[in-house]
Amino acid sequence: MPGLGASFGRGAATNYQQDMANSDCILFMGSNMAEAQPVGFRWPMEGKLKGATLIHVDPRFTRMSAVCDLYVGIRSGSDIAFLGGLVNYVLTNDRWFHEYVLAYTNASTIIDEGFRDTEDLAGMFSGFDQQHDSYDSKKGHWGYEESRPGNAEQDGSKHTPEVESAKDPHVPQGYSRMGSSEPYTSPYEDIINAPRDPTLQHPRCVMQILRRHFARYTPEAVSQVCGCKPEEFIRVAELLCTNSGRERTTCIAYALGWTQHTTGVQIIRTAGILQLLLGNMGRPGGGIMALRGHSTIQGATDIATLYDSLPGYLPQPAVHDPEHEDLSWYIEYGRMPTGYWANFSKFIVSLLKAWYGDAATPDNDFGFSWVPRVDGDYSQLAYFDRMSKGGVKGYFLAGQNPGGGGPNAGLHRAGLRNLEWLVVLDWFETESAVFWKNDPNAPPPSEIGTEVFFIPAAAAQEKEGSLTQTQRLIQWHKKAIDPSGDCRSDAWFFYNLGKRLKQLYAGSTDPRDQGLLNLTWDYDFDEQPRLPDGTLSRIEGEPDLEKVLMEINGHRLNEIDPRTGEPHLVSGYSELKDDGTTACGCWVYSGVFPEPGRNRADERKLSDNPIQPEWGFAWPNNVRVLYNRASADPEGRPWSERKKLVWWDSEKRSWVGLDKPDFELTKPPDYQPPLGATGMDAIAGTHPFITKADGLGWLYSPGIKDGPLPTHYEPVESPFGNLLYPKHSTNPTVRLFPGPLNHIAHMPTAEYPVVATTFRLTEHYLSGPMSRFNSWLNELQPEMFAELSFELAAERGIVHGGWMTIHTPRGQIEARAMVTRRLRPFVVEGRVVHQIGLPFHWAFAGEVVGGNANDLTALVADPNVSMHESKAFTCQVQAGRLEGQALHPTAPTAHWPTLDPIPDTPASAQPEGRIGHGK
Amino acid sequence: MFRFPLTKKPQTSRKPFSVETLAKNSRLRGANVTQGICPYCAVGCGQLIYSKGGELIDIEGDPDSPISTGHLCPKGANAYQLSVNSHRVRDVLYRAPYSDQWETKTLEWALDQIAQRVKTTRDADFATRDEQGRLLNSVRSIGSLGGATIDNEENYLIKKLLGGGLGVVSIENQARI
Amino acid sequence: MASREHELSALPQTSDPPRGRLSQLLARLISPYLHGEPRGPVPEVLGRLIYPFVRGEAPKPQQATGFYTDTTVCIGCKACEVACKQWNQLPSDGFNWSGNSYDNTNELSATTWRHVKFIEQFSEQTSNVLAPMGTVSDESPLNRWLMMSDHCKHCLAAPCHQACPTGAIIQNEFENVYIQADICNGCSSCIAACPFGVITRSEMGGHSHKCTLCYDRQRDGLEPACAKACPTQSIHFGPVEELREQASKRVDQLHERGVPQAYLYGDVPSETYSAMHSFYLLVDRPSVYGLPDAPFNPWLHMMGDYVRSVAGGLVAIAVLLVVVFLLKP
Repeated sequence: MPGLGASFGRGAATNYQQDMANSDCILFMGSNMAEAQPVGFRWPMEGKLKGATLIHVDPRFTRMSAVCDLYVGIRSGSDIAFLGGLVNYVLTNDRWFHEYVLAYTNASTIIDEGFRDTEDLAGMFSGFDQQHDSYDSKKGHWGYEESRPGNAEQDGSKHTPEVESAKDPHVPQGYSRMGSSEPYTSPYEDIINAPRDPTLQHPRCVMQILRRHFARYTPEAVSQVCGCKPEEFIRVAELLCTNSGRERTTCIAYALGWTQHTTGVQIIRTAGILQLLLGNMGRPGGGIMALRGHSTIQGATDIATLYDSLPGYLPQPAVHDPEHEDLSWYIEYGRMPTGYWANFSKFIVSLLKAWYGDAATPDNDFGFSWVPRVDGDYSQLAYFDRMSKGGVKGYFLAGQNPGGGGPNAGLHRAGLRNLEWLVVLDWFETESAVFWKNDPNAPPPSEIGTEVFFIPAAAAQEKEGSLTQTQRLIQWHKKAIDPSGDCRSDAWFFYNLGKRLKQLYAGSTDPRDQGLLNLTWDYDFDEQPRLPDGTLSRIEGEPDLEKVLMEINGHRLNEIDPRTGEPHLVSGYSELKDDGTTACGCWVYSGVFPEPGRNRADERKLSDNPIQPEWGFAWPNNVRVLYNRASADPEGRPWSERKKLVWWDSEKRSWVGLDKPDFELTKPPDYQPPLGATGMDAIAGTHPFITKADGLGWLYSPGIKDGPLPTHYEPVESPFGNLLYPKHSTNPTVRLFPGPLNHIAHMPTAEYPVVATTFRLTEHYLSGPMSRFNSWLNELQPEMFAELSFELAAERGIVHGGWMTIHTPRGQIEARAMVTRRLRPFVVEGRVVHQIGLPFHWAFAGEVVGGNANDLTALVADPNVSMHESKAFTCQVQAGRLEGQALHPTAPTAHWPTLDPIPDTPASAQPEGRIGHGK
Repeated sequence: MFRFPLTKKPQTSRKPFSVETLAKNSRLRGANVTQGICPYCAVGCGQLIYSKGGELIDIEGDPDSPISTGHLCPKGANAYQLSVNSHRVRDVLYRAPYSDQWETKTLEWALDQIAQRVKTTRDADFATRDEQGRLLNSVRSIGSLGGATIDNEENYLIKKLLGGGLGVVSIENQARI
Repeated sequence: MASREHELSALPQTSDPPRGRLSQLLARLISPYLHGEPRGPVPEVLGRLIYPFVRGEAPKPQQATGFYTDTTVCIGCKACEVACKQWNQLPSDGFNWSGNSYDNTNELSATTWRHVKFIEQFSEQTSNVLAPMGTVSDESPLNRWLMMSDHCKHCLAAPCHQACPTGAIIQNEFENVYIQADICNGCSSCIAACPFGVITRSEMGGHSHKCTLCYDRQRDGLEPACAKACPTQSIHFGPVEELREQASKRVDQLHERGVPQAYLYGDVPSETYSAMHSFYLLVDRPSVYGLPDAPFNPWLHMMGDYVRSVAGGLVAIAVLLVVVFLLKP
């Protein structure tokens, strides 16, 4: 999540869910927490019972709106306008937290003279490259003003010479390095010594640029773009302002309602700016909660199953000219001279040691050449675009269902049909497993050449391992029973596949096979594992995942632990070295397994500390509230008694408090870095954002591909032009994937006048693989429906409970009509626009089936993270059904999971339902 | 005989309890309990998984979890049905090119076949350098998708084997989606 | 780990319960039937006939327990419905989309013992400023989405209990109304008696079923599955006295916070109905939630009906006598 990383340093939710009970006000936007994360939502509800105000800003009135104190409806895709309005309100009404902003943000930093804002260029920033539809941040002078030694805080208005950075020129076009790699932050090298103006008067200081940039986001403009009333907007703004400051904190929570836009990263950035201005970051009850939707989507980002990232947010190496392809250049590009990323070389060398073991030596660059180089966009969207055009041969699907859940799922299925072979690891026969026989829009099986291997996977209860939830907390889950039949864990599959491949390649001397042959791959259990009842597990060849977790945690290779006879485990990432004496599979997880037998992810200790630091392990370093140094004032005292968390104890000469300090423990608040300091020594005692090169929260962040400041652009498909910047309707850097299967309705067109947005229901999960084969969930939401307003229904003759069809250039589906006043038409730019809501849970395979909202969405991508735009697109709706498209369930109805009696249990303790109905 | 028992406390002691009613207790007695984490969304609720005789008999919230304090949502409460479910596939299935049906196969056969496919494709398409002479050491015709619904360790093994071992570039998961 | 959920693993399953003398004798007679030993038609028939008369000594009364459902914090997630189905292993009712807001369960039944209702109350005005329930409200109160988790009321004087001719329905030691499936003969008297439409007869087993208030769990010191699952603690379980106190405090709090409509339904007896061990905090008329505004216990008709019957009979006899004697020549 670079939206957060670009502002604060780390791309992860800043606080923990229970902390939402400490908030005085919570703004939910782009999130429907009560429906998508109901159990997490108990904490905001607890806050509400204590008197907190809950605000929901959303295109739809949802089950969450029903329990919030204030609901404001806005049109899908107008989030930056609304948030930008809030930023403008805070600035023009002088409601920002002066002390906090001056000390902890880059508000006073002076920006390069050559930089031009959207205010100067009518909706564009300087440095736009027309040929590639992208910005060149260097040519655009997005960086900080060059420092002049001894002259740092003076007006730096002289012309800045072109700064030669080693970084930028080598980043190839179309490869998203910001995808998840944090180190790439600024085109300007010497961040720490950039000139500043603490009076904030300099016309090129960040604060002044910010004021000018957001000046046009007035309440009236917000109302015009978003379709809400100015007084509604002002009420939200007032609530946020009065609930922020020394004594009070406001939290902002978002989810996919923000990320699934072509401006998603910038929406999150706007929230970051707002929270920095209000002084809510790093404080209890504050922060930005990224509410994620999968059990370990955070872990999958950390570890990282992403094409552009190695575990621990190290960038996947990119192609370079032969002179710059070795490890030293990779480190040169990746490291920052100051801040925590100065340790970059330790992280990558330790990772290579973890992967290639003894074969990784200083002489062979620790095997760095075996790590594949990225030469383009290999993200899911781009890769399936390539697949649908016939450029991919083999594919693995591990618990993901692109044939049902991918944006423009029809294109995804066309991709699967073009493969030579496909391996599906899943529990049920999902759309991606049966696309060759059950897809109503596909050619007959006799025309589909894909070879499909379906490996039945073990369910969560049938295997062990760790999951990283939305607040970065790693929790271990134990295995309760053996999987039945041939079901196996995904770990079992890949472990044994790896063993076989090593056998197949054994003896090869081809340099390209040496990475595989040298890969450390020994995770066998020391003795056959036992089930909770003490019996031996039936499964042969299961890898010991605690061994994997230990590898992820890291070892000191030159030291043998007498207790185990194995290399010593490291207790945290501060022990890592870049000389090859340490190995670590993912540095941010270091500390999760600090000593033999102590799996901290599996720790379940409760204490009096409400943060419960001994329940699981949160990365980094078990910190629960990131940047918590900011919970104290610059002198190190809590901002207020009510909101204290971490503070400086001058007697102990240490940071103390309820949470683990996210700061060097003994660095006093008055520490000033000496000139020329590097690494963490360059971070002052008052700079809480330690993974940023200057330790500050970035109001202005030049590391993002679509601009250093957020700007409102319309969705790629929108019924409107851009009212704020009429010359630029959509994000100028948006990425499109043209092709016959991916038509876009670019211009506002009468053909597709209705705005559509997709959403999640509590009762279902994603495209249904984990819910549409489950009778207890299916009976609660059995059928695809579309939510629409009375007004739209009347206009189209659609009857509540009847059928309707929804059309986009990509596809058409049918759905039952849910005509409700929870959806209202919006008046935008003086025009009425209708909006419909589409749950995205149904498709053609399962116990219940139905129209797939994902068949309607488009393959378009945000320039930073290749995220699509399913939360705002245009469509046409009509009454009636599609002809010849009636779907039939692919799985027979199973009312019960089982009717067998519970073993070893007398009749009197058998479940009531089975007594009465079954026998 | 004609009482209007609207406020009167019932006399439970004289009620006719049947044999089974008297013996009633929960099926959790004597069960093995395992601490799990809910596999659905990212809240990370604690679950207690009860089993008897190697069979799953109940999944409910873990009251000790500071995140969920014993509560579950409908999906979390349904987790039992992810394991005990007649729709679960228990055999390895194989679909030959242009075939209209599954065939049941053994795990061993499938592993051998898949390893063979990987090797053939990789050997054909492995690129050491691109046309400009830049180092690639990558396989661009094989990809993998998935990771956010499986375990961290599984993600690590996928990235390590496919990326670090085979040179596969397109290793992705739901994080972008 | 001190929680009750963990301790249970160590407990053995209970053996045969204590029984009265007659029951012991009867039980011995039908022992082959009870224990599944080789049966012939004789013990089978004998067993079926005698089994309902084998009753034990009632357990010692415990503190009365029940539910208090605060509808103002319900988020309509239906965790209670699934938790109930999971614990009790109840079948799904089939997959039928109702179009009635997000309610596809429609009603309580023999196979659905928890049911979440959704009531959309939105005015025609297109104002987006909505003041949902339970909070400061200076806007129109008509823009809200009410949700309520419904279930058996476990009435103190339960009409179903009073109507049951076989003694299948009992008021157990927790003062909860419990249908003993092994005694019920499927006569359906209880279904007609319940003013809330809670009970129906299972088409599969032929017996009446409804919420047991997780009797089996309570026996082991566990709270009912629905209350345990409820993420926002809309469903409270506990001793009824404590729940009443808690609920009335919540009503006061809501009144202070500008929700004067908040009130409790079923916590105290009315003139026509007893108190319920499961009661609700509501913010609109009961009928809006599909509950009877003034529930009526059919027993209240009984005195009059009997008097009228007797009187009618007497009159009939009198008329007959008159006819016989007076018309006799």
